[in-house]
Amino acid sequence: MLAASVSAGTVLALAGLGLLLNERAGVLNLGAEGMMLVGALAGYAAALHLPAGLTIVAYLAAALAGAAMAALFGALAIGIGTNQYATGLALSLFGVGFSAFVGAGFVDRQLPERARDGLPWLRDLPVLGTALFGYHPLVYGTLLLAGGIAWFLFRSRAGLLLRAVGESPESAHALGHPVRAIRLGAVMFGGALCGLAGAYVSLAYTHLWVENLIAGRGWIALALTTFATWRPARIVLGAYLFGGLTMLQFHLQQRGVQIESHLLGMLPYLATVVVLVLISRRAAWIRHNMPASLGRVFRPGT
Amino acid sequence: MLRLAPRSAPSRALTLAAPFVALALTIAVGAVLFLALGHPPGRALALFFLEPLRGGDGWSELAVKATPLALVALGLAVCFRANVWNIGAEGQFIAGAMAASWVAMRATESSHAYLMLPAISLAGLLGGGAWAALVAVLRDRWNASEILVSLMLVYVAEMLLGYLAYGPWKDPEGYNFPQTITFLPVTQVPLLAEGHRAHVGLFVALGLAAVAYLFLFRTYAGFQLAVGGQAPRAARYAGFSARRSLWTALLGSGVLAGWAGALEVTGPLGQLTPHLPVGYGFTGIIVAFVGRLHPFGILLASLLMSVLYIGGELAQSRLGLPQALSGVFQGLLLFTLLACDALASYRILRVPAQRAGAAAVPS
Amino acid sequence: MPRPDAADDRVAGSSPVPRLTLTNVSKRFPGVQANDRVSLSVRPGELHAVLGENGAGKSTLMKIIYGAVRPDEGTLAWNGAPVAIHDPRQARALGIAMVFQHFALFETLTVAENVWLGLGRGRARQDVAREVERVSAGYGLQLDPGQLVSGLSVGERQRVEILRALLTRPQLLILDEPTAVLTPQMVERLFVTLRRLAAEGCSVLYISHKLDEVRALCTSCTVLRAGRAVATVDPRRETNRSLSELMLGAAPPAPPVRAARLGDEILSLRGLSLAAGDAGGIALRGVDLALRAGEIVGVAGVSGNGQAELLAALSGEDRRAPAGTIHLGGRDVSGASPRARRALGLHFVPEERLGRGAVPALPLAANTLLTRRELVGAGGWLRTRRMRTLAADLIARFGVSARGPDTPAGSLSGGNLQKFIVGREIDAGPRLLVVAQPTWGLDVGAAAQIRREIVALCDAGAAALIVSEDMEELFELCSELVVIARGRLSPRIAVRDATPALIGQWMSGLFHEATPEPPPSPPLVSSRAEARA
Repeated sequence: MLAASVSAGTVLALAGLGLLLNERAGVLNLGAEGMMLVGALAGYAAALHLPAGLTIVAYLAAALAGAAMAALFGALAIGIGTNQYATGLALSLFGVGFSAFVGAGFVDRQLPERARDGLPWLRDLPVLGTALFGYHPLVYGTLLLAGGIAWFLFRSRAGLLLRAVGESPESAHALGHPVRAIRLGAVMFGGALCGLAGAYVSLAYTHLWVENLIAGRGWIALALTTFATWRPARIVLGAYLFGGLTMLQFHLQQRGVQIESHLLGMLPYLATVVVLVLISRRAAWIRHNMPASLGRVFRPGT
Repeated sequence: MLRLAPRSAPSRALTLAAPFVALALTIAVGAVLFLALGHPPGRALALFFLEPLRGGDGWSELAVKATPLALVALGLAVCFRANVWNIGAEGQFIAGAMAASWVAMRATESSHAYLMLPAISLAGLLGGGAWAALVAVLRDRWNASEILVSLMLVYVAEMLLGYLAYGPWKDPEGYNFPQTITFLPVTQVPLLAEGHRAHVGLFVALGLAAVAYLFLFRTYAGFQLAVGGQAPRAARYAGFSARRSLWTALLGSGVLAGWAGALEVTGPLGQLTPHLPVGYGFTGIIVAFVGRLHPFGILLASLLMSVLYIGGELAQSRLGLPQALSGVFQGLLLFTLLACDALASYRILRVPAQRAGAAAVPS
Repeated sequence: MPRPDAADDRVAGSSPVPRLTLTNVSKRFPGVQANDRVSLSVRPGELHAVLGENGAGKSTLMKIIYGAVRPDEGTLAWNGAPVAIHDPRQARALGIAMVFQHFALFETLTVAENVWLGLGRGRARQDVAREVERVSAGYGLQLDPGQLVSGLSVGERQRVEILRALLTRPQLLILDEPTAVLTPQMVERLFVTLRRLAAEGCSVLYISHKLDEVRALCTSCTVLRAGRAVATVDPRRETNRSLSELMLGAAPPAPPVRAARLGDEILSLRGLSLAAGDAGGIALRGVDLALRAGEIVGVAGVSGNGQAELLAALSGEDRRAPAGTIHLGGRDVSGASPRARRALGLHFVPEERLGRGAVPALPLAANTLLTRRELVGAGGWLRTRRMRTLAADLIARFGVSARGPDTPAGSLSGGNLQKFIVGREIDAGPRLLVVAQPTWGLDVGAAAQIRREIVALCDAGAAALIVSEDMEELFELCSELVVIARGRLSPRIAVRDATPALIGQWMSGLFHEATPEPPPSPPLVSSRAEARA
């Protein structure tokens, strides 16, 4: 069950890390669900046309698709300053429709059998073998990525600049930094990660494509960034926690615990609400931790 | 070389033209899409946009779809104008439908329509309102983001619906399908005309549009809401209660979404199933924006969205195109509208090429 | 204020090639000629003032030098060579550094990180931190590189800005109204730093409208008036009066002596103590003040000493004042809402015009509704016709230059919007008018008109409380003054008895009378409490 939680959590973690970068730059992209769906489809479609060994190209395709969606969002919300919430929503809805539309032809098509996950030899170790070493490469990749993003944000000048832009785009602009370019870059990278997360679902986690495959995980990832107070390590932990909650539902069912599956299904969402409340209670604390310009439009020249 | 420079106030002409430009752009992209799929664009576009408007049956179906959209969007318009981002109208819709179903299932052969119908509507209002009140209290007391809370509650509502339909409320004679009993005719929302599915909910929507218009533009409470949404510091200066605006906005949109759910479940559907949520709560957001958050604009926009919905169904049945195409069009429409609206706040300037990067000379 | 020493003459006169030369620079914006053939020359190591009233064109000129704005005509020369400055990066590369009036700082980052972001690439974070320590100590700008900016006072934040500029090793340092937020003691320290810089060969362009400071610090001064450079003088050889004449074009009229007839007590603040609303706010401690009808009293003070908190407590935006501490016409309004206070005759003009005093996107007619409750009819219906009529009346009566009552507030100029807002409140016939920064940023004509209106209002029996950071504004309007420092009020004195030395002392908090222990204050609450109006 630990393995399943980690696997489920990786999806959220990847998307959450992408959204983290967005939000650290002060941009709230509600289009996560749409980007993940498009990425899932792009990855699946690419994998169908590629020989089995080149799955990594499929993942790349997914990342590009996610970045492209994000660029669309960026052109509107950052380039000409449309309302971030509405534009993100539009992206989500568009992504849902677009992926369902284009993906209709892929529903029945199967991917070839997948290679076994995990690091060879190490995964065959007794007891801890599968628990520690039996995962899909992307799981390990996510952990590395989290570390890399943490280093980037808190140890590099570029990351400092990103945080500064999220804190006060006006000040950054006054100092001559290209605020909108930085935000756009963050948004596109975030979109790429969301696309990657989607591809992980379609290629590794479920290994199929259906309409609305992501089933709300994009929205949970959005909640995750607030839950994790915009810190990479906490995002990964929170993602695994949420993954665990989802798995708990199935696990209990398997054990024959008589709880109605739908009620269990509410758990992750209710948990998110509870956490949100706990975090938001102290306004001063939020102000100190949240990127101050989150959600606000920046227009140079005003 | 062209450059964008901000205006001090958005151009009125462009703002008025924006929805039409957006529609034109969407149609243009649609034509391209159809071409790419190998269908003659003219025929496909006519099927999508014009066919739904044909005949009494067509208009009836449009009304059936437009009514819940309009109701939801009217409430959301009030909410968004107050800068309260209620993304969970879908959940409030479901909650209203569940409450209305509970009342509808109490009906017996001797029930009176005069009691039943108002009771059903009331239940819908209360259900949706209560679901939205959850969001309001969490935001009011603990500052929790209404965007995320309302959204999470959508999924909770969906789960609750599934639980009820598969469990306690399942029709014992329903062949084990997840559905409630079919509601008795006395609970049905009155139809507008025999043989068509359109019902009096349409008049409810029209009436509420007028009410919303008066509220937003002619009452002090509506003014306070608008100021609170646009300039919270000015609202504090004026002494307007932010808390009152928050509750008004959320309760208003919840109540309307719940009513829409009640009308839907006791009208066209006639029973409660897990297939109730078709996304009116989310499409309602698009309708609100396309309608410029203005009650009359929303009426037109809900009509337009219904056309897109039905056009999608027609395209699926007659051309074999995926139903999801509607979603694509709807998303596109919102995108283009947002873009056009934002561009109305800019002016295009011509900059001499050799002085690229210099301060522009107004053309 | 201390006089500059003769060393400046030596350095300034030594090198013949000017550091910066502007020749016939012009810039036009829609509707206004901001700069009209301005010529200016700054020598190396010179402390050069640019003097002018609000609206004279100082900011535009500096933006041209700094690269944020391109001139329509004219040339610039840097160290003798002609140059065209395209953007701030190029200006920085040349060696021009600017300290803005509005700080470009990031609250949640440290001092060193803030400075680092203002420099170009190529320097490691640790190096910058070390340089910050070295330079700050060297110039007397004590700062801890590791401290978060959010915890700094206003004066300290300005030091970060100056530090950031100094670390670019500039040849020309531009300071835009730097002393607006400083006590006189801090101003002295700033001058020490600037003189040290000039002695090392860095030129300083000092933008100001404060005559005493310019005469104390600078060796050369260009006077701008209505976009033109009307004179270049040595301020050490001028008097306040002669400089003022150059700035205004004529001798300033002596403020009319007001024979105020005092009536009943209208406002009474007794022992008002209020805990700070949120982190970074100032607690009010034992504020006592009484105003009688006909009086115009000023509250002077350096920005950030409790003015905002006092105003919020007065206007009703902050309702936590303990019962019995605020009385209006004898009635206790300590916890009353803004609407209740307005009903009793208290009207308030806030410092921020757009976004607080008026809603930018709404037309003027709608903006009347913010504070004029009588425009709402029975049942909550809006009296739209009356709204428009009132707006039109205000436009006419107060000379607001706007196309009509349907013009959005955001399209008005700052001065006109202020005229509208002040007019809206005065027209309501208040018994007490509280105004923050009434003529800030306004041109001479508009400022004079607003002053006249306030005086007329008080001659008719109202009282006015003017809270301002501009001493001259207070001197021209008020008969008596108090000073607010760190949340406490000084004793009250007549304007004619207020010497700069005394006021400066009081601004630092050194009153003579002992302050009473503040009564147990209400618990700290988040700023959400303010929203629960």
